[in-house]
Amino acid sequence: MRVDGLFLAGIGIFFAVIGIVYWTTSYENAGFLMLMGSALLGLLPGSYYLWWSYKMKPQPDDDPNAEMSEGAGAIDSFPGSSIWPFILGMGAMFTVLTFVFGLWLAPLGGTLILSAAIGGTMESRRGGAV
Amino acid sequence: MSGAGADGGQVGPTPRRRRGRWAAGLAVAAPLVLGGCSFYPTYGASRGATKQGQDTFKLYSGMMTTGIIVGGAVFLLILWTVLRYRRRSDEMPKQFHENVPIEVIYTVVPIVIVAVLFLFTVLTENNVDATVSPGARFTTTGAPVVQVRVTAFQWGWRFDYPGLNVGVAGETTNGPNNHGPQMVVPVGQTVQITLVSDDVIHGFYLRDFNFSRYALPGVTNFFDFNVLHAGTYNGQCTQICGLYHSEMLFSVRAVSPVAFHLWAGAEVRAGHTLQRGGSSASNNPPPDTTLYPSDALPSPSSAKGSA
Amino acid sequence: MTTTIEPPELVSPEPGGPDGPTPGARPDHAHDHHEGPTGLLKWLTSTDHKVIGKSYMITSLVLFFIAGIMALVIRTQLADPTSSLVSFQTYNELFTMHGSLMLYLFAGPFAFGGLANYIVPLQVGAPDMAFPRLNALSYWLYLGGSVVMMSGFLVAGGAASYGWVAYAPLSNAINSPGAGADLWLMALALTGFSAIFTGVNLAATVFYLRAPGMTMFRVPIFSWNMLVTGILILIAFPVLFGAVVMLFCDRHFGTHIFTVDGGGVPVLWQHLFWFFGHPEVYILALPYFGMVTDIFPVFSRKPLFGYKGMVFATMSIAALSTGVWAHHMFTTGVVLLPFFSLLSYLIAVPTGIKFFNWIGTMWGGQLSFQTPMLFSIGFLFAFLMGGVTGVLLASPPVDFMTHDTYFVVAHFHQVLIGTTVFAGFAGFYFWYPKMFGRMLDERLGKLHFWLLFVGFWVAFMPQYLVGLYGMPRRVADYLPTNGWTTLNVISTVGAFVIGASFLFFLANLWTSWRHPVPAGDNPWDGGALEWFTSSPPPHHNYTHLPPIRSERPTWDYNHPEHRVIHKPPKDRPPAPVGEGETVGASS
Repeated sequence: MRVDGLFLAGIGIFFAVIGIVYWTTSYENAGFLMLMGSALLGLLPGSYYLWWSYKMKPQPDDDPNAEMSEGAGAIDSFPGSSIWPFILGMGAMFTVLTFVFGLWLAPLGGTLILSAAIGGTMESRRGGAV
Repeated sequence: MSGAGADGGQVGPTPRRRRGRWAAGLAVAAPLVLGGCSFYPTYGASRGATKQGQDTFKLYSGMMTTGIIVGGAVFLLILWTVLRYRRRSDEMPKQFHENVPIEVIYTVVPIVIVAVLFLFTVLTENNVDATVSPGARFTTTGAPVVQVRVTAFQWGWRFDYPGLNVGVAGETTNGPNNHGPQMVVPVGQTVQITLVSDDVIHGFYLRDFNFSRYALPGVTNFFDFNVLHAGTYNGQCTQICGLYHSEMLFSVRAVSPVAFHLWAGAEVRAGHTLQRGGSSASNNPPPDTTLYPSDALPSPSSAKGSA
Repeated sequence: MTTTIEPPELVSPEPGGPDGPTPGARPDHAHDHHEGPTGLLKWLTSTDHKVIGKSYMITSLVLFFIAGIMALVIRTQLADPTSSLVSFQTYNELFTMHGSLMLYLFAGPFAFGGLANYIVPLQVGAPDMAFPRLNALSYWLYLGGSVVMMSGFLVAGGAASYGWVAYAPLSNAINSPGAGADLWLMALALTGFSAIFTGVNLAATVFYLRAPGMTMFRVPIFSWNMLVTGILILIAFPVLFGAVVMLFCDRHFGTHIFTVDGGGVPVLWQHLFWFFGHPEVYILALPYFGMVTDIFPVFSRKPLFGYKGMVFATMSIAALSTGVWAHHMFTTGVVLLPFFSLLSYLIAVPTGIKFFNWIGTMWGGQLSFQTPMLFSIGFLFAFLMGGVTGVLLASPPVDFMTHDTYFVVAHFHQVLIGTTVFAGFAGFYFWYPKMFGRMLDERLGKLHFWLLFVGFWVAFMPQYLVGLYGMPRRVADYLPTNGWTTLNVISTVGAFVIGASFLFFLANLWTSWRHPVPAGDNPWDGGALEWFTSSPPPHHNYTHLPPIRSERPTWDYNHPEHRVIHKPPKDRPPAPVGEGETVGASS
């Protein structure tokens, strides 16, 4: 966790420095703001991970001498087959087509997205099976 | 050598395969070498018909020489490695994975190389982009400056000379046999271009000047050039600007200062004067679509209204 | 000595309730996923990264061939200066869509959606990507976006025709009316989110799902590069999405962000687009760098040279790439030249480090030249030349004379084909046995390579020259008196040779399907973790895992006498160096 935090925070600091150099040499707004945004992208999660890494107990995946058995037990929850990503994806496609071809596509896109939102949430609560 | 296994079944290529490899290598290398003989020393570029263009060419040829040396060295290194360390036996090679001194060298040396390249770039760039004050009629040493306002539009060019009341008519869709409007300038004198666009972004590019600059709507770009040799130099639009982008040709003809003034006088007498009220899109001639009947211009009615 | 130990439990979900899994619990196998849906339903509903990765690869390769055919039409048109094979409108649509398909719909998705999706969880020892349903959603957004973009050809006015960069004001409603441009913009919105979600998945998987012992500095470089790519995606793609929304509003909702009348600034589009666009080309390149970095050690029978240097170089390239965007805008006259020129020059340094590390990996090795290795070496040559010409373009004066000419076209095709095609097919040939359990034919593979390699140089070397002779890009015709005809004809011949090489690739796929040669777990004697499991891997990837003590755990297990033993850190006892132990699985 420490390496992750350092990595992200390092990115943040790098962009902050470059952004300030850019601003003081060019006074160009768009690039400066985008560089600052990138700095935030690194600093926000990075500083949080760094802070947390000193509080959490060391993980087996960061231990160079870890045994496989230390990772025994549940790793994470990996939802199985689900139709909802497909439905949501198609809903997103029809929603953007609404912007191109007209509002008549909105009910189709909206219905697909809504049913995916509801179906996916219920699926998560149920533990993953369709 | 089909089939599985990193052993590959046999050690090293058969003689037939080796010959095949040499043949392929020769097939690739021969045109490169033969073409290369005519490639040096200009490396394909123009030496530059303007003072600025010549500065650019010097930088380009210096960078190309550096690139060929450095790139060539790396190329030979790869080639040598690939040939020298071909699999000869089943013996396991030494499993080394680092060599800090060498890694430091090949980090520091490229930094030094690019620092030098950057230095020369800055020096050349300052020369190429140096201008007299925008709109000035004379340089700081008292030499005359010819002001030309270049207007780019879909799909042609217009050249106006504010100091001389001369305007070269904007032409468009010049078809396959025409070099488009011509800008006449005096040899040896500073010419300052004011570059504007009436509609979309166009690229003002002359191969022999080793130069291009965008005509951006809402922005006025200034640049100077000093033509060194009389002649006619062809230019073209380089930034995609719509249907007839490939037809936006123009040329620059450099003549002696005397001939230039004679030309300017003749243009005024012929009525080719500045566009009244400056240029605007409504003054520009429409494209000649009879030359390319299969290319209909997009009609405004097919524009999609808001959803 | 083997001990029976509780295996890492890989099946989910846990019966711990809606709050999540109960740590340490062993769930029953009542909902064992081994019998999942089959057939079409499997492809529609799977959240398995291996199935999704294959979907991505098939879709992106189909789009690659479509874009390739567009390129052949373009090159046929250009071989004759006064050709009217296609109208100007169609020609503009062709080069726009060729570029858009290749860059947005093939190069990126094939790398991070296809191969990385399949291989990264395997390489870090994870059962799947961190967010499987999000992964599936990424694929469907990508497919939807591809359909939307291609449907531009079916509407009145045709597909988008303003180049893959869509500069304002050419792309506004006045200059590019018609639904084709709107569909193009919406396609970017969809595929942009697809990429963003994949970036999240990649970063989360590499950060948090590594197997015990797989420290960050033992992660294979391919997965390291995918992590950095994921972060770069998160930096770049949201900017593209914002720009696309702004342009769409300009087109349809009466805003004046990029139009001069109304107070807008057209060049703002370029700033926004290239802040995305330059990291984008490194998003495209880094995965492919990672692929060859995993291939060279295997076919040299040595570890990677300079692992830490590679990690540092990847991070430097990614960081610097975000600061160089306006080197695409040198000729606008409104950007700060020295800043962007210096940073652009500096990117050459970490790239050079990578090159020397690849050479150092091969140095002193026992090289064998199976197809993946051939393609990797081809990548080295192609990218070398493309990269050196890139250094030339970092200089504003040289950029003034080459910008928007065929010199730039040749440069980016060399770097892009070098990475996405040479290195991409290296990765495909390398991991095909793992993914499909069968080998690809070596002779057909070598034919594919040599034809591609020869065609590549014949197609693009003339383009450098014709660009220096003054030929602009994106032109549908040119004057016969320009003197560009011969070079264009040679380039066209090369393009068709490239096209022909892919027939051998297709024949290879066909042959391996009809007459499969079983691959076994580790046909190349690879070192990374994915070569430890079966080909193809079982559900949730691993039933056994070896101890992980270096970046080549499988090599250490198979060749314990040729391990590289790293010095242990001072504050920890040395790792037990025993015979390889495996963890017995009871599933």
